[in-house]
Amino acid sequence: MPNHGVIVSVRNLGHHAIDGVLRLGYATRFIALTLMHSGTSFRRLHLIVRELYFTGVQSMIIILVSGLFVGMVLGFQGYQTLNTYGSESALGVLVALSLVRELGPVVSALLFASRAGSAMTAEIGLMKTTEQLSAMEMMAVDPIARVVAPRFWAGVISMPLLAAMFSAMGVYGGYLIGVVLIGVDDGSFWSQMQSAVDLREDIVNGVIKSIVFGFAVTSIALFEGYDALPTAEGVSGATTRTVVTSSLAILGLDFILTAFMFRGV
Amino acid sequence: MAVDNLVEISGVGYSYDRRRTVLTGIDMVIPRGKVVAIMGISGSGKTTLLRLIGGALKPTQGAVRVNGQIMHELDRDALYRMRRHMGMLFQFGALFTDLSVFDNVAFQMREHTDLPAAMINDLVMMKLHAVGLRGAHRLMPAELSGGMARRVALARATALDPMLILYDEPFTGLDPISLGVIRNLVRKLNDALGATSIIITHDVQEALDIVDYVYYLSEGVMVAHGTPAEMRESTDPRVHQFVWGEADGPLAYQYAGRKFSEELELA
Repeated sequence: MPNHGVIVSVRNLGHHAIDGVLRLGYATRFIALTLMHSGTSFRRLHLIVRELYFTGVQSMIIILVSGLFVGMVLGFQGYQTLNTYGSESALGVLVALSLVRELGPVVSALLFASRAGSAMTAEIGLMKTTEQLSAMEMMAVDPIARVVAPRFWAGVISMPLLAAMFSAMGVYGGYLIGVVLIGVDDGSFWSQMQSAVDLREDIVNGVIKSIVFGFAVTSIALFEGYDALPTAEGVSGATTRTVVTSSLAILGLDFILTAFMFRGV
Repeated sequence: MAVDNLVEISGVGYSYDRRRTVLTGIDMVIPRGKVVAIMGISGSGKTTLLRLIGGALKPTQGAVRVNGQIMHELDRDALYRMRRHMGMLFQFGALFTDLSVFDNVAFQMREHTDLPAAMINDLVMMKLHAVGLRGAHRLMPAELSGGMARRVALARATALDPMLILYDEPFTGLDPISLGVIRNLVRKLNDALGATSIIITHDVQEALDIVDYVYYLSEGVMVAHGTPAEMRESTDPRVHQFVWGEADGPLAYQYAGRKFSEELELA
């Protein structure tokens, strides 16, 4: 007779796998419903504008400050490496490309997930716990159309804008360190940057990345909140899952997107 | 078409899965204009029954008819149309915490009607005046006491003058004064609006004072029904234990378990 413990662990593995697939199915259906109800949100733009303020505007401080610091670190590190090869005039290019292609979209998405994503999950989870979502259903108002869809679009719209601010701030940080502090030539810093950064290859690809990250983070945050167990532990677990899953999704998606965008270049 | 019984529940059973049956063979009629209580201890299936009436759950057997229509056969749009004529008061109010008292009461008017802002303003003030909280219209839900929140929720539930008002444990966790206020409001609003009310509750004495009829559920089965006077005088031991709040009776005080002597390893 096979060992009882083995049977139990195989059964648990099966349970986890089935649960995982089920949740994936629920999440897909949830996102599809959200997209279907988006028309209603766009007809009532004030709902989206309100959420843009909460998710976008209120994330600006952390994004701008982080962008500045990341740019300043890039200024130091980049100068040190480039100086070895006597090409410190390329510092502007290095700072700008690192930010626009990678650090801008990725780091701002990670910050967005922990600042705005976790807040979305907690808010919707608590609305569910306090029966606000059921109350809305009983008032013949679909919570996905009224609560979820405006937050979804606010997230998708604000993510690329935040990433752009992050990059701009980062470039300024690099300028402060490279040009103002260390003394790299002002003209070559900007002119080399201008000639090396390509609109299609660098800027547009960066924007595409941040839109994809915005879509992923917001979907995960909203689904985790909507699917949270209506208890204190349920909401706190969902909030943690939002940050962990979003961060992994951002890094995984970044790898896939980068592989497609920059192959052979 | 107006039917005499606004709500008719026939042979309704509900189970979450094969092992957990919550309700079996429930038959009930709620006549138009009445206030009816569904009572039972916690876990007797009364909240499930309320969710079935509201169309939030589908019965596994039988049917719930509201205004002559079978709830579980309605598609989403028809269900939402039906719910516009229903109001529900949740146990702890379930006010939208990001909206002010005024906006909470105005919520359905704004969602479902094209009324001009001035008219919505007047209607909301009338609803708030009826529950005595016109002066509190600018407050946020976090600034309200439990009793005030329940009254605002009541104003919100009756915002569109519903034909059916559902109450989920409206008396739970209130101080005696708020409790008295809510209890009287339930009756007054029902009569003033010409509505029909269903109250799910385990607060026996409060409910018996204001309702017209009582259904008593125990372990998912309807074991008794009658007028408040009949319930007070009932000789059914299950009803008697519940109405008079006796610790022991057909429902044992002790949760089923091993013998006490075995637990202490005396045997």
